[in-house]
Amino acid sequence: MDPMLLIFLSSGMFLGWALGANDAANVFGTAVGTRMVRWRTAAIICSVFVILGAVISGAGASGTLGKLGAISAMPGAFMTALAAGLAVYFMTRSGLPVSTSQAIVGAIIGWNLFAGQPTDLGVFSKIVGTWVICPLLSAVIAVILYKAMRTTGERLRLHLLTVDALTRTALIVAGAFGAYSLGANNIANVVGVFIPARPFPDIEVGGFVIDSAQQLFFLGGVAIAVGVFTYSRGVMMTVGGTLGRLSAPKALVAVVAQAIVLFLFASKGLESWLMAQGLPTIPLVPVSSSQAVVGAIVGISLLQGLAGIRWGVLGRIVIGWVATPVVAGIICFLGLFFLQNVFGLAVT
Amino acid sequence: MIMKLNPDLFLFRRTRELERKIDRFYDNLSESAIVFRLAVRAYLKQGWTEEFQERLERVSQLESANDNLRREIESELYEHTLIPDSRGDVLGLIENSDQVISEFESTLWAFANERPEIPDAFRSGFRKLTNMVVKAADELGLGARAFFRSPQDVPAYNHKVMLYEKEADVISTTLKRAIFASEDLALCGKLHLKEFVEYIDSIADTAEDVADRLAIYAIKRLV
Repeated sequence: MDPMLLIFLSSGMFLGWALGANDAANVFGTAVGTRMVRWRTAAIICSVFVILGAVISGAGASGTLGKLGAISAMPGAFMTALAAGLAVYFMTRSGLPVSTSQAIVGAIIGWNLFAGQPTDLGVFSKIVGTWVICPLLSAVIAVILYKAMRTTGERLRLHLLTVDALTRTALIVAGAFGAYSLGANNIANVVGVFIPARPFPDIEVGGFVIDSAQQLFFLGGVAIAVGVFTYSRGVMMTVGGTLGRLSAPKALVAVVAQAIVLFLFASKGLESWLMAQGLPTIPLVPVSSSQAVVGAIVGISLLQGLAGIRWGVLGRIVIGWVATPVVAGIICFLGLFFLQNVFGLAVT
Repeated sequence: MIMKLNPDLFLFRRTRELERKIDRFYDNLSESAIVFRLAVRAYLKQGWTEEFQERLERVSQLESANDNLRREIESELYEHTLIPDSRGDVLGLIENSDQVISEFESTLWAFANERPEIPDAFRSGFRKLTNMVVKAADELGLGARAFFRSPQDVPAYNHKVMLYEKEADVISTTLKRAIFASEDLALCGKLHLKEFVEYIDSIADTAEDVADRLAIYAIKRLV
């Protein structure tokens, strides 16, 4: 294998690591933070299902990113992923909530601007539209789930301890679903930009052909898993404090709502089913798991009146929303200029 | 073939066992209330008798059984990190409920040890007071059970605890006044009887204190 290939892919792996370190907390943070699920259990389930989601269902959202900017040269893809990774790093250092999805989209647009490629405004507006819809949809789903859960709970008159045991089991199942959806939806952020360059030859195993994209998805999934194991513990333990402590049933609702939203924006199967029924389809776009979780929590808080909402945190999220793609785009543009003019690499 | 799933075989065996322990704890509380009433009645009828002693021993057994259950529940909740959100509340509720049964026992021991002479004129007052206190404790037990399964029902039970406690206060005040107005009793006899009125009445006060805490615990579960 070309050693340069590994260097180029390293930025994607870095982004994958950052995603695992931060976004795993959206899936299992509240469960681990409230000590309903052990960290080790959470980390193992999260890693396995992120990889499964990435390899099995990662293609949908990756396709949309490819339409936004088809980066055909590996050095260009390297810089795009690196710019997104650095944006995530800087934003996190500044204490602003950050989305890898927004960072990678900003970076791709940075590449488009540098390469003189037009940005497909149709695809771009579809992506930006989902950023707005994602937390809103998550809030609506969370409200419906929470109300349904409460009504059912009141009717069934389950014992507090039974509710506790059921919630624990459900948090693990929902966490697995959330991790699968995270892998399926967000793997596009990690390795999506490398797909058009087709860095790996196809591998045939027992009659199955594993193509370059699937190998990239697997590698990206492993990078996310490494992020989960090496860095997510602290983030998971503190995630509750950021938005206020959640009770275990509310945490469950937040995780399920987020998982459903990520799944909706990643599932090719659902898209073809909706098409077959003649219904409007949901765009397959990488969305932010953090924003989905925040949307769900705000939705549940709204049920108890506006007093439950921490406006300061919400304000910072909105700033992060706008700043992340802009910062990533600028870093990418400058980085590409540097790669092309200092190292003489073909980035477009 | 249709297989019937036994929930005890699955994940929740430990949970079910713990639920049974909590249920047994409150079964013991309501049984001790009934036995307490029977014991005081027996005493009012015939003073200290074998029957009274048997009832006292039964309340003692129930009290120590509940002490053991309380310890087991506490350690299991902590060892298996169950109900992290409500653990403190559940432990507080159980510890405070245990106080009620301890007071049943200590009051009966006071009867057994001090053997107060209760004139006929005051027996009906003592009976009414005991009934009211037992009702307050019963409603508390029902409210505590509701906390675990349907916290929205707790206020209804708590309301009754408050009512019975208030009624017990009225009865005890009337009884004390009648005792001190009596011309047949010496002051030491009056003071002795007053003490027993207060022993019994304080059980309803404790039930009310626990109900107050229970109200907060239930609100926390509902928010």
